[in-house]
Amino acid sequence: MELFLMQLFNGISVSSILLMAALGLAVTFGLMGVINMAHGEFLMVGAYTAYIVQKLFIAYLPAGVFDAYCIVAILLSFLVAAVLGFILERLVIRRLYGRAADSLLVTWGISLILQQAARSIFGSPNVGVKAPSFLEKSLRIHGMLSLPYKRIFILILAVFCLFGVYWLMYRTRQGRNIRAVMQNRDMAAALGVNTGRIDSATFAIGSGLAGLAGCALTWIGAIGPTLGTNYIVDTFMTVVVGGAGSLLGSVFGAGFIGIGGTAFEFFTTASIGKVLIFLCVILLLQFRPKGIFAVKNRALED
Amino acid sequence: MKKRTFGAIVLSAVLAASLAGCSGGAMTEITDKETNKTETASGSEEDSKDSIKVGILHSLSGTMAISETSVRDAELLAIKEINVAGGVLGKQLEPVVEDGASDNATFKEKAEKLLLNDKVATVFGCWTSASRKAVLPTFESNNGLLWYPVQYEGMEASKNIFYVGAAPNQQIVPAIEYMNENYGKKVFLLGSDYVFPRTANSIVKKQAEDLGMEVVGEEYTPMGHTDYTTIISKIQDVKPDFVFNTLNGDSNVAFFKQYKDAGLTPDEIQTLSVSIAEEEAAGIGASYLEGHLVAWNYYQTTDTPENKKFVEAYKAEYGEERVTDDPIEAGYDAVYLWAAAVEKAGTTDVDQVREAAGGIEFKAPEGTITIDGENQHMYKPVRIGMVNGEGLIDEVWSTDGPVKPDPYLESYEWAKGLSNVQ
Repeated sequence: MELFLMQLFNGISVSSILLMAALGLAVTFGLMGVINMAHGEFLMVGAYTAYIVQKLFIAYLPAGVFDAYCIVAILLSFLVAAVLGFILERLVIRRLYGRAADSLLVTWGISLILQQAARSIFGSPNVGVKAPSFLEKSLRIHGMLSLPYKRIFILILAVFCLFGVYWLMYRTRQGRNIRAVMQNRDMAAALGVNTGRIDSATFAIGSGLAGLAGCALTWIGAIGPTLGTNYIVDTFMTVVVGGAGSLLGSVFGAGFIGIGGTAFEFFTTASIGKVLIFLCVILLLQFRPKGIFAVKNRALED
Repeated sequence: MKKRTFGAIVLSAVLAASLAGCSGGAMTEITDKETNKTETASGSEEDSKDSIKVGILHSLSGTMAISETSVRDAELLAIKEINVAGGVLGKQLEPVVEDGASDNATFKEKAEKLLLNDKVATVFGCWTSASRKAVLPTFESNNGLLWYPVQYEGMEASKNIFYVGAAPNQQIVPAIEYMNENYGKKVFLLGSDYVFPRTANSIVKKQAEDLGMEVVGEEYTPMGHTDYTTIISKIQDVKPDFVFNTLNGDSNVAFFKQYKDAGLTPDEIQTLSVSIAEEEAAGIGASYLEGHLVAWNYYQTTDTPENKKFVEAYKAEYGEERVTDDPIEAGYDAVYLWAAAVEKAGTTDVDQVREAAGGIEFKAPEGTITIDGENQHMYKPVRIGMVNGEGLIDEVWSTDGPVKPDPYLESYEWAKGLSNVQ
């Protein structure tokens, strides 16, 4: 029973990490339709930002305030990745809207450039980031059933980000404009929405979310130039399974892959578990090619 | 593109591209300073009368670059030192550095280039067993010479390779004996899913049977696996006396961070790793690794005068924050061992160097190592170490002296039939 509950928590936790990592992609790929292969590298940018912030805290501030680095790191990793995303959108991505295959190749190229840049700046070995001390412990409920605070924190952070994006998209003027542009660009433009500005802002938000996720990933995994490649497949899978363009879909996609994946892994092995979850995804896409939560619209299929 | 299948197509494209990405990081790597130098000084043998070309073949880009760039650095340091001291046979060594790019096909191609175009006298290189096995036919058919700096799973002895890292009886076997005596009989095997961990564990399982130990779990995870909570649950469930860890690369970071998060300490369930050295420890973070055990032949803290000199030279060359570790030291040793063999043979001819190499001794940072002329492995001391708070490793146990290499474990009764395992 304990083991079952522990596994259930692990599944939920993995889902929340996936959701965190995929949320930015749900915006850039799901809403905007940009196949952004460099998404993983935005995670990496966020992670390295957290690393730099930590270094600065250690170098210039008294040890007593070290734990506060995580708040600065979370904000800065969002900002740095968002600015980078903004620049990239302005320089490259905006020339590729509607050209899926081209944007796939170009963003992949960008991802290679960013990886190599990280390697040149930080070196190829992984760098270490220490989690703030209040996250290091775990909440021991009974026996082996203990919930690490980090995982609880990431879960909360994921939910917080999800609601943040939801609020932005559905409760603000900016969000309404974004959705209008994504649904019918010409009509939105005719009604006076500056579509170019909306594109840049949306891509920046998506990239920023990836950066934030990257910051959270530093507490549980490796921080190196190849960080992004470890997550890129799972994040795309999350968005595609859930249904591109639907936030709720991404939540279900993450849950499906996270909980399903850990369950398979528990009963078989990590490698077989991965194969089984891929099989499930293939089967699911046979029956629901647009994902679990397909967005219905009246536009003619192109 | 029809929208119906859009998702599926995107997903498969992403998958394909990211799989290629593992090796694709490769192409963008800028060639090394040394490579440029040699390429401008056109590569014919006539031009190199006063110098001897030696090849260095490591991954300088891609996922293995994390480990291999430092080994290249150590090899270049040794070459530099030898050149300052007058070179080999009175000639300066001229390194030709190639990037294997963490991709086995690239390794093979670059090995051919080094042997056939550059006509190097010898090659120092490779890290993964897969890359070694990829270049092995090239070295054998062209009668080249490869010095391999990393501990590995054994069951190999090519006359074209000198194995400077540990054979299994110089790392894995004594480590299991040590754990059996000091921690207990229940072992959980955890490794990355490729040739080294699987072969290593097939050895461990045989040995465990012989020692009356019980293997309570055996798990392999794909390279780049990021979530270990499920496996940690399994470990907590079966409560082994120790975990024998053959994970490689980034996975170790995720595993040890999550191990600590789960509230596990080395006091509760100890782990012993064979692929974590000082350099990897820095990337994982000392706070996560403190108190965990590793098995190698050399640590930065190893107390010999040669090591003091080596660590100082390495840091002076590459920066105070850099650390040395076992494969780095083995790469450094390899250059000196080859140089000694060439001096003894009086020529760089591969057959004569091989002939001369048997019995050559080198006062290495890890202590005196000797080439075994028969299987071309090294006599090496074995050390178990514990990671300390600074991320360095303190020796907690060692063999009395160098151990004779036994790549096929022929001297162990229980290992019969293992050489077929691959």
